[in-house]
Amino acid sequence: MHFGKNMRTYYLILIPVLVLFFAFNTFPLINGLIYSFTNSKGYGGFDWVGLRNYADLFSDSRVGNSYLFTFKLALLGTVVINVLSLVLALALNSKIKFKSSLRGLYFIPNILGALVVGYVFNYFFTYILPYLTHSTSMLADKGWAWVAVVVVCAWQAIAMNTIIYISGLQTVPEDIYEAGALDGASGWNKFRYLTFPLIMPFFTINMVLSMKNLLMVFDQIMSLTQGGPAQSTESISYLIYNNGLAGGQFGFQSANAVIFFIVIVTISVLQMRFLNSREEQL
Amino acid sequence: MATSKVKEKFNWPVTILLLIGLVSVLFPLYMTVVIAFKSPTEMTTSIEGILSLPQTWSLDNFAKAIEVTDFWHSLLNSVLITAATIGISIVVHSLVAYAIGRNMASRKTFRFSYFYIVSGMFVPFAILMLPLVKETAQLHIDNPVGVVLLYVVFYMPMNVLLYTGYLKNIPVALEEAARVDGSTTWSTFWRIIFPLMGPMHATVAVLTALGTWNDVMTPLVIMSGNINTLPLAQLTFQTQFGTNYNLAFASYLLAMLPMLVFYLFAQKKIINGVINGAVK
Repeated sequence: MHFGKNMRTYYLILIPVLVLFFAFNTFPLINGLIYSFTNSKGYGGFDWVGLRNYADLFSDSRVGNSYLFTFKLALLGTVVINVLSLVLALALNSKIKFKSSLRGLYFIPNILGALVVGYVFNYFFTYILPYLTHSTSMLADKGWAWVAVVVVCAWQAIAMNTIIYISGLQTVPEDIYEAGALDGASGWNKFRYLTFPLIMPFFTINMVLSMKNLLMVFDQIMSLTQGGPAQSTESISYLIYNNGLAGGQFGFQSANAVIFFIVIVTISVLQMRFLNSREEQL
Repeated sequence: MATSKVKEKFNWPVTILLLIGLVSVLFPLYMTVVIAFKSPTEMTTSIEGILSLPQTWSLDNFAKAIEVTDFWHSLLNSVLITAATIGISIVVHSLVAYAIGRNMASRKTFRFSYFYIVSGMFVPFAILMLPLVKETAQLHIDNPVGVVLLYVVFYMPMNVLLYTGYLKNIPVALEEAARVDGSTTWSTFWRIIFPLMGPMHATVAVLTALGTWNDVMTPLVIMSGNINTLPLAQLTFQTQFGTNYNLAFASYLLAMLPMLVFYLFAQKKIINGVINGAVK
């Protein structure tokens, strides 16, 4: 009897929460899937169009370009962020003076809002950098604007990833290095064969984290380029927001969102599989 | 033997490189501060005019920015939304994690619930955005209440994962002893488990706060520009700033300030929270 009463409490806690979660996570997800088979503009009536939105997605050059840009950003960004934050973490973890102050200062970008940071960098790219390089603004250049987005995203993400790498480096016991030193490991070899394998789980976290965040980039686009110039920096999230809500493409962008969801899940799962298998090998 | 000597020896070349590298972090902040304090007439077209220290440190830009962006209202909205999200998240997420964590091993329903909620982590906001705009409007919660509710749902996967992970380290024996004394599940949770989850509450608070305070997308699409949070106000009033960058930067600095001040006082807590969350 007593046991039964306990279970009742557990269910009384669980069920309302599941209802809430379903209502604002699963239900809109299903709704989005349903809208993706319609020509809804976001208001008024709509007709069923079957799979036409999906067929159109693959021939729509604007959608194609947004995927191209987002992948370009995510790939280059992930590499830049992880290389730099790994170097920074190794430096911040060595025997340096002002260690805790330096760590604290290097973390600042991560606590600031991406939108405001984007506005500040927008000014930097428009008025300061052209003066130094004697050229036009990167943001106005179709070939370079996406690099500016990478820089701003990296500026913030490096702070976060560095802290995670530092916490990884602190799990490496000192005597491993001492044993390694006896075998003559130093410099690059020490890093390659001792440190890196031991912080591999943290590498996995950081790769997945930065890739996922970059694929979903929105705030930086909003404040830096608004998708321009000539739609060269339109991220997928930005396109769904822009054309789905204001552009009368509610149904079409819902189909885009469904594909985007599948892409994100696939990439995350593949990344974790691949990196986990490497973790086990090491 | 030699270790005490080694300990005192600092790696100066790396220290110096790190100090130089700090420019990349501090320069944008320096730029923000000097432009925010200057009057537009001081901003000559040359780079010296932009980056030199202001001749007088005037607060005029800030006074005007506060007026133009309706700063106090935005700040209040941000504080209320973030505080409510943190409070509700800590209570609801720890409670449901407790129910799930203690029954996962023996009951399928709870095991299924765990995977159901945690898999929500893969659902980006961009996917839910369009349907949620309709849903919240129909339910008349296209306001701060709706935003808080959505945050509680969006952060549930991560927080439930963190709390159930932490719960594994709390021995069941403690609760069983309380049960024998006639304590109910409900009161056992509040008297024993909730206080023991202290360190995880801090982590959840930090991660949820960083995410909600700086978020633009959710309030933007749900409240569609009628009600501002502090970051959102920077977007809404962008046109009002026009080419008066001094005014704009004063506003940006005001938007950054609460977090910077908070960080100054709770730096250790914040960094530890982020590490705990990421590593678990």
